[in-house]
Amino acid sequence: MKGMKALVYVTLKPSVLDPQGKAVLHALHSLGYEEVADVRVGKMIEIALTGKDKDSAGKRVAAMCETLLANTVIEAYRFEIVEER
Amino acid sequence: MSAREHAGGAMRAAVVVFPGSNSDHEAWHVVHNVLGQPAELVWHKETTLDGFDVVILPGGFAHGDYLRAGAIARFSPIMAAVERHAARGGVVLGICNGFQVLTEAGLLPGVLMRNKDISFISRDAWVRVENETTRLTMACRKGEVLRIPIAHGEGRYVADSPLLDRLEKEGRILLRYCGPRGEIDDRFNVNGSERAIAGIMNERGNVFGLMPHPERDAEPIVGLGQGRQLFASLLESFRRAAA
Repeated sequence: MKGMKALVYVTLKPSVLDPQGKAVLHALHSLGYEEVADVRVGKMIEIALTGKDKDSAGKRVAAMCETLLANTVIEAYRFEIVEER
Repeated sequence: MSAREHAGGAMRAAVVVFPGSNSDHEAWHVVHNVLGQPAELVWHKETTLDGFDVVILPGGFAHGDYLRAGAIARFSPIMAAVERHAARGGVVLGICNGFQVLTEAGLLPGVLMRNKDISFISRDAWVRVENETTRLTMACRKGEVLRIPIAHGEGRYVADSPLLDRLEKEGRILLRYCGPRGEIDDRFNVNGSERAIAGIMNERGNVFGLMPHPERDAEPIVGLGQGRQLFASLLESFRRAAA
């Protein structure tokens, strides 16, 4: 049966210092990628969903983000719901 | 007077054990053997904390720190009981990972983020007592410098400026990272915390969170023993309440 999938992207808010991104930035520089101006590291969370109603799935995924997946004090989130092939 | 003489128990403590807790037995040991007070380890699947005066959320890596430190532990069954305990004025102390759980649960404001220099820091740190009038610090002097072990990768306290100002104004910053003589300086702010914050409390003064591990150095046999003062403060606060 065809299901849906939510792709959730959790990123640090722009004002928040990201030491992990800085470390990756420095590593890329030392590899010679001098064009790299900045790096921010976030997370992508893939959630397989049952059901077919994209609208109600979207509402529930937003609630998941608010409750657990992101800490909205420091993180922003966005997601897309895609149909599985 | 020996701690044993108080075995009647002015302070009954629960130490919550999450899968991945690793300082639970140390916290239990300090309350039970160093202070001579009744203490029990309580599994995170339990749903009640009735009869306890103090609930300690210990250090460690609850649920592997997956997603974010404390993010999953915050939904453990015991946490509803921790919230009720705090709501009725009971004392809650979160140490290191326990502090992270309390911020995730919204029982304390702010967030603990990856250390400024990324590395996991495990060593002794100096902290200065900023408010000596709280239940967690009343056995200390104002400005007293304590040397207490720290062991964390995500201990950088972050909050927005209005909240930081409010914490300052309300005396809710209890401990700050400092130098051996109490100097507040970036050099001694080990993890890059905002305003060098190492420990805070809630508005009501009954929920406490700190990154340092006082339970790991509460007896001279393991170091300076200065961590004892924070636990002794809690006990003192219950003795005063009972007197």
